[in-house]
Amino acid sequence: MLAYSLRRLFQSFIVLLVVGLVAFSMFRFVGDPIDSLLGQERTQSDIERLRGELGLDDPFVVQYGAFLGRAVQGDFGLSYRQARPVAEIIAERAPATLELALVSAGFAMFFGVVLGIFTAIRRDGFAANAIMSVSLIGVSLPTFLIGILLIYLFSVELGWLPSFGRGDVVDLGWWTTGFATGSGLKALILPSITLGLYQMTLIMRLVRSEMLEVLRADYIRFARARGIREKSVNFRHALKNTLVPVITVTGLQLGSIIAFAIITETVFQWPGVGLLFINAIQFVDIPVMAAYLMLISVMFVAINLIVDLLYFAIDPRLRADRSGGH
Amino acid sequence: MSEAVLSIRNLTVEIPTRGGILRPVDQINYDINRGEILGIVGESGAGKSMAGNAVIGLLNRPAKITGGEIWLNGTRIDQLEGEDMRRLRGKHIGMVFQDPLTSLNPLLRIGDQLTETMLEHLDISRDKARKRAAAALDEVGIPAAAQRLDSYPHEFSGGMRQRVVIALALCAEPSLIIADEPTTALDVSVQAQIIALLKRLCRDRGTAVMLITHDMGVIAETADRVAVMYAGRLAELGNVRDVVTHPEHPYTDGLMGSTPLASKGLKRLRQISGSMPRLTAMPEGCAFHPRCEFAQDICRAEPRPKLNGGRSACHFPIQQPAEETA
Amino acid sequence: MADTTPAPKPRGRLAHWWDGDFAYQFRRSPVAIISFTVVMLMVLAAIFAPLIAPYDPFDPASLNLMNGFSSPMEPNAFTGETFWLGTDDQGRDVFSTILYGLRISLFVGAAAVGFAMVLGITLGLVAAYVGGWVETIIMRIADVQLTFPAILVAMLIFGVAKGITPVEYRDQMAIWVLIVAIGLSDWVQFARVVRGATLVEKNKEYVQAARLIGRGSGAIMLRHILPNVLSPVLVIATISLALAIIAEATLSFLGVGAPPTQPSLGTLIRIGQGFLFSGEWWILLFPACTLLALALAVNLLGDWLRDALNPKLR
Repeated sequence: MLAYSLRRLFQSFIVLLVVGLVAFSMFRFVGDPIDSLLGQERTQSDIERLRGELGLDDPFVVQYGAFLGRAVQGDFGLSYRQARPVAEIIAERAPATLELALVSAGFAMFFGVVLGIFTAIRRDGFAANAIMSVSLIGVSLPTFLIGILLIYLFSVELGWLPSFGRGDVVDLGWWTTGFATGSGLKALILPSITLGLYQMTLIMRLVRSEMLEVLRADYIRFARARGIREKSVNFRHALKNTLVPVITVTGLQLGSIIAFAIITETVFQWPGVGLLFINAIQFVDIPVMAAYLMLISVMFVAINLIVDLLYFAIDPRLRADRSGGH
Repeated sequence: MSEAVLSIRNLTVEIPTRGGILRPVDQINYDINRGEILGIVGESGAGKSMAGNAVIGLLNRPAKITGGEIWLNGTRIDQLEGEDMRRLRGKHIGMVFQDPLTSLNPLLRIGDQLTETMLEHLDISRDKARKRAAAALDEVGIPAAAQRLDSYPHEFSGGMRQRVVIALALCAEPSLIIADEPTTALDVSVQAQIIALLKRLCRDRGTAVMLITHDMGVIAETADRVAVMYAGRLAELGNVRDVVTHPEHPYTDGLMGSTPLASKGLKRLRQISGSMPRLTAMPEGCAFHPRCEFAQDICRAEPRPKLNGGRSACHFPIQQPAEETA
Repeated sequence: MADTTPAPKPRGRLAHWWDGDFAYQFRRSPVAIISFTVVMLMVLAAIFAPLIAPYDPFDPASLNLMNGFSSPMEPNAFTGETFWLGTDDQGRDVFSTILYGLRISLFVGAAAVGFAMVLGITLGLVAAYVGGWVETIIMRIADVQLTFPAILVAMLIFGVAKGITPVEYRDQMAIWVLIVAIGLSDWVQFARVVRGATLVEKNKEYVQAARLIGRGSGAIMLRHILPNVLSPVLVIATISLALAIIAEATLSFLGVGAPPTQPSLGTLIRIGQGFLFSGEWWILLFPACTLLALALAVNLLGDWLRDALNPKLR
């Protein structure tokens, strides 16, 4: 297991290096850093001096290394547009995105698994078939249309929930939370559903097909033949086996929730990192784009690793097979 | 009927399909007495397993019992449904499946699977169940049984797993065991051990056994009586010795001729020409007539011959040598 | 014309195909027929948009601000003109803008998938055929890219491309940048399928025989590989088309896609969202429904194709 984890760790490291290279190339070659740092009034000597300071004359590898070194310390330079450190801007906005992602992920996982089990066990039932048909439409529905639809229904027509923003937030100094106020919680509802719905559909369909597969397995037949109760067959015998493959995909889906938050945040004008990123693209704010890319890669790689390790916790076969020397 | 643990009367199983109704089991009759092993032989698709599944109430939809009766210890069970049938399974009827590698739930410890089954059917405490689980493993010949309760299935070899499966099937002390090809998936060297184990355990407890196999050799060594099935019907039913040494039905004769038996010495193996008719294309009259060398007009025209208490369902049973005719 | 007993007559290739398994399944599936019809209608509407559209929404001469905010099917209060699906704030006929928007959405989607297909097939072939470190690099890039959602990759590429393009050309180039961005985000699946098929084919006897007698095996292989990968590539392309259309709409909706001067359906929805609270629902609703119908139809068609062309799953 240790050898396997180390190998995975090494692969993740390589991925991060590659992504870092992409981010650095964006930094270095898209949009001239000199242009963006010095205004229109500049002298040749200013340029020379800055080039030296920024290390732009160093060999490529040295520059890349320096970039990575700064990135590890959280230094991504100044935003072209806001002229403030990128790290500061992102830190300010991260809580909004993370809270949104957390709630959506919980929503998607809970309902995805529950509905998946339901549609698998009641395979031929009317409700299960109806859910499956609706979910097919749900998969083809672009996220932003779902958001608009929800806004129309609950904000415009019914006037129950806010259509934009985070509501009142409580500032804890290093974190701002919308969980503590009524309006903050209300503001979370529509964006969370919008963001989580697609992932929920995917998780549900996956859980269903895995569960159906497992329910056909010999050991389920054998459990039935031993007179084990249906409830125990479904939830003790089948569910655990279903969850093994589901965990990988679900884990990866959670990663994409953070990426897809870009769309939801735009629809609801949610002041998070995604909205920041979209604005950065519109105004070609390269440092912000590069920083976002790096951050989201770290997040993806971390999730991948965690998912892999979770496998061991659930499946005893892997624990034995991969520990080596058994 | 009181003697018999299991009595099957005119049992018919049908599968409705778009092309018409298929009849994988067609009016079969047999009894199994206490402590007796009844072998059921036939080619794959002859309806052996389907009959076994019908008895334990695990027919896969849309197959269902459409005629006849099944009596277990004097109680009619073919009409039981849902919970009533479940309580019977494991407690009164045990089942052993073909492939021990897939029969055990890979994510549950052996001990948990055993205690779960006992707690379901027997009124005992968890501690007691665990002790009995260790005893059950010990009884099927698993060394250091008490320690192995916490092992997962993948930590056992194929033969050992089949021993665990047998322990599971017997742990609630059912009066009938249905063993569906219990040795087919095992190494030849292990097959004999498993058969001997099954035989010993059932003799000791007086358990009746329905031993389903396509291997005439296994039947000859294990069973007391044998039922030969062909295309969903019983072709021949009698004591193993009689049937093996002097088959009456031409099909049984062909089956014996194509099986290498040590007792018969080295003879050239015969084969039955052609193949069993598919359920969708069942011939008129006797199902075997297209392959039978003795077939006459009556075999093609008359409705199929029935066993009717006799040994074989054939218009022209093979005459037995004079000195042994009873 | 009741010929209940079709006489055996010489049949053309088309008739033969029509009797084949594939066409038979198509005729048997209402979902396939309906979605195919919807897609075809939309493609035709897009191609002939200039002929069908009652107005040219981008010709300033034909616009009358007085016509602004006309409700669907009701005569305008000032000019008395009636517009089927109403008009937007500038008096543009919504039906016409949808037709032109559809044109751009479909064009970008199809071109992006075409680009992804060419790129993916080429890289897949090269990876399998050349092998060694070339293969390793190509497939590793594919793996890394697959880790990230395609839409994120497309956004990044769009952003970078925008950074490279001089400001004055940005709007003009936006459509092409969009095609490249979506195409680059979507080549991996094609490459994987083609590489897999090529690796299988590479080890077949005829290729080794060709090698033995000193022939180049590439050309022969290509002739054997292409038919093998045709159906999976077709399925992937159809499903990719649905994804590409949604991706384009999403990017345009976010304001990082088709510019307002060349609005796609996504751009129209972005514009329409601004009128959600003021009550001009038609400016949003009709483009949204068009996009929805298009995405759903292509998706269903892709699903059906996958089932029909993959007998193993049946």
